Amino acid sequence: MNLFIRGGRVVDPGQNIDEILDIRIENGVITETGKNLEPLSGSEVIDAAGKYAVPGLIDMHVHLRDPGFEYKEDIITGSLAAARGGFTSVACMPNTNPVIDNKAVAGYITNKAKSHGFCNVYPVGCITHGMGGERLSEMGELKEAGCVAVSDDGKPVKNAELMRRALEYAKGIGIPVIAHSEDISLVGEGVMNEGFTSTEIGLKGIPRVAEEIAVARDVMLAEYTQSPIHIAHLSTGGGVRIIREAKARGVKVTAETAPHYFILTDDAVRGYNTNAKMNPPLREACDVEAVREGLRDGTIDCIATDHAPHHLDEKDIEFDAALNGIIGLESSLPLSLALVDDGILTFNQLIEKMSCNPARILGLDRGTLKRGAIADITLIDTLAEWVFETGQLASKSMNSPFFGCKMKGAAFATILGGRVVYRIDRLAGK
Amino acid sequence: MPEFKHKDIIALRDLTRGDMELLLKTAESMREINSREIKKVPTLRGKTIINLFYESSTRTRTSFEIAGKRLSADTVNITPSSSSATKGETLADTALNLLAMKPDIIVMRHSVSGSHYFLSKKLPNCSIINAGDGTHEHPSQGLLDMLTIRDHFGRLDSLKVAIIGDITHSRVARSNIQGLTKMGSEVFLAGPPTMMPPGAAKLGNVTVCKNIKEAIADADVVMMLRIQQERQGKTLMPNAREYSRYFGLNPENLKLARPGAMVMHPGPINRGVEMSSYVVDGAQSHILRQVENGVAVRMSMLYHVCGGEIE
Repeated sequence: MNLFIRGGRVVDPGQNIDEILDIRIENGVITETGKNLEPLSGSEVIDAAGKYAVPGLIDMHVHLRDPGFEYKEDIITGSLAAARGGFTSVACMPNTNPVIDNKAVAGYITNKAKSHGFCNVYPVGCITHGMGGERLSEMGELKEAGCVAVSDDGKPVKNAELMRRALEYAKGIGIPVIAHSEDISLVGEGVMNEGFTSTEIGLKGIPRVAEEIAVARDVMLAEYTQSPIHIAHLSTGGGVRIIREAKARGVKVTAETAPHYFILTDDAVRGYNTNAKMNPPLREACDVEAVREGLRDGTIDCIATDHAPHHLDEKDIEFDAALNGIIGLESSLPLSLALVDDGILTFNQLIEKMSCNPARILGLDRGTLKRGAIADITLIDTLAEWVFETGQLASKSMNSPFFGCKMKGAAFATILGGRVVYRIDRLAGK
Repeated sequence: MPEFKHKDIIALRDLTRGDMELLLKTAESMREINSREIKKVPTLRGKTIINLFYESSTRTRTSFEIAGKRLSADTVNITPSSSSATKGETLADTALNLLAMKPDIIVMRHSVSGSHYFLSKKLPNCSIINAGDGTHEHPSQGLLDMLTIRDHFGRLDSLKVAIIGDITHSRVARSNIQGLTKMGSEVFLAGPPTMMPPGAAKLGNVTVCKNIKEAIADADVVMMLRIQQERQGKTLMPNAREYSRYFGLNPENLKLARPGAMVMHPGPINRGVEMSSYVVDGAQSHILRQVENGVAVRMSMLYHVCGGEIE
């Protein structure tokens, strides 16, 4: 099955391309990109006039909840949500049940995604055995089984010596470490950012320094061991500053943030809105500004979603009891495109942060439209205007603070290995 | 007579000065009932009130129960040990089950801040009264404190009120700050910096003081908060002995206040920790007046959320 994308504005940061071109795809591979090409006979042709054609978007931080919590999400619904959001690849975190600390669980995920999924699903294995924070996981076997990184996401590695050894060991194996940097003792019983809002509405606070201390520790360990480290879901101004300084010193640190950290403040929690409860928590305006500046100056390499589906029963309860996290796959693209409208990023830089950089950090052979590359392509309609509503979700869960928001920009089509897995104009009523 | 338009009373932050004045005015007339030989009026006859207390409480629960009974309502108490909470039932399900029995008012105390708003959304046809939610508010305490202060000074504006203790974890402090500053008084906070929440000075006409002396100086009212060893014991303070030396109220530092200043405490008191017994039992103490006013204020709250109809 061959595909031909006609007349899209092709933006491929890796090749410095930004012009209106045609793309020819044969057997799932990009065979030619150029002006006024002709489709091979029998090709499916997509008219991409007025749309952008970019390397398939990659979300390096999602929770697909499969195995173990399929009532929240599974690999099929999660990967469909990804495809609808314009993502062709996701990396899924290991806090499943059982956790991803062995070949069998990693294999289950990759197999299920290959046979039933709508995007590439790359498992992230645990840093520690059983995510218990006590001894190293079998990272060699995890890598063999398809894991593209290791992380104890959601449960930071408390023991600094263990984190040091993890960085050293992972470097030897050649698998990146993703740090959930948070000092649990400073989090305490906190349920939202510590600041004026928490004071006024009487919720227990989580201070910024809980993140900043842990980012500093993890960056210093990476520097000492000369190992790469990737900092997940950066939310604080201090965290951005520490990473900026480390990068200037030549530390091999990369970082991601999520749309809610560059859009929302802890004001969103007012009214005890459990859909604004996440970890790290939404911070204050100065942090939002710092995160945006970090995106602008390149301190922050990636935009991930931290897609964290939870069942209504886990959110429609008292604030303290509600679980942390929001879904993000189906809202990330328009929310991130707003950074281009706001002049924070160029469109080219946005694609770097949503495709090229995650591919580079995870060592994926994707994130490019080069000749011979796997044809993972996202067509983006930057002008589409729509409202984010619960009714249209592919995800099983409905935990988002963005429902009811007007969105601008959408995935027009998502192409996975030359196969169209999603097209907006084939939706009923669209 | 002005109308009380709220279905629920969850936080003094949600009420206007006019709302609070109405509640206090009604409380004054309720107090007359409490001094009669037959302390009962038929005002809420046929109304059902459920006191749903997820946290233990003697004073507040008893006070609400007596308030309901003096207005002839049928009151039922549910406490966690005897409730479904231990069986894993959610708050919403417990509430919906109770609602099926058609109560008119649910008075709830809960350890989670904001849980009353959650409950109110689930129960649009039942009035919710907050008897304390986590570290958020305790509006009946705020109102009874205000009534006690007004009894003494004849006004609630232009007073200097010192509130001393663990401000971060105090729902009493939050309600009093909201109420008193809306009424035109000025609040001065003091306590160990470990117990002072960020931005406290922005809560209204509020000054955060460096020490207890600065807060007490020339105060008309000195309100002490309860120190809970189990809550603050670990990292917020060294021990009760040091706390009482630096943040406790005693006859010596009380002299810094205006002559005849009121001394208040929401109870239960840790004698010798936040207050010396000489002050608790001294001439300036209004602590038992607070308790007495609690019944009248709660009668007023029950009356007004029921629409204020007199049979």
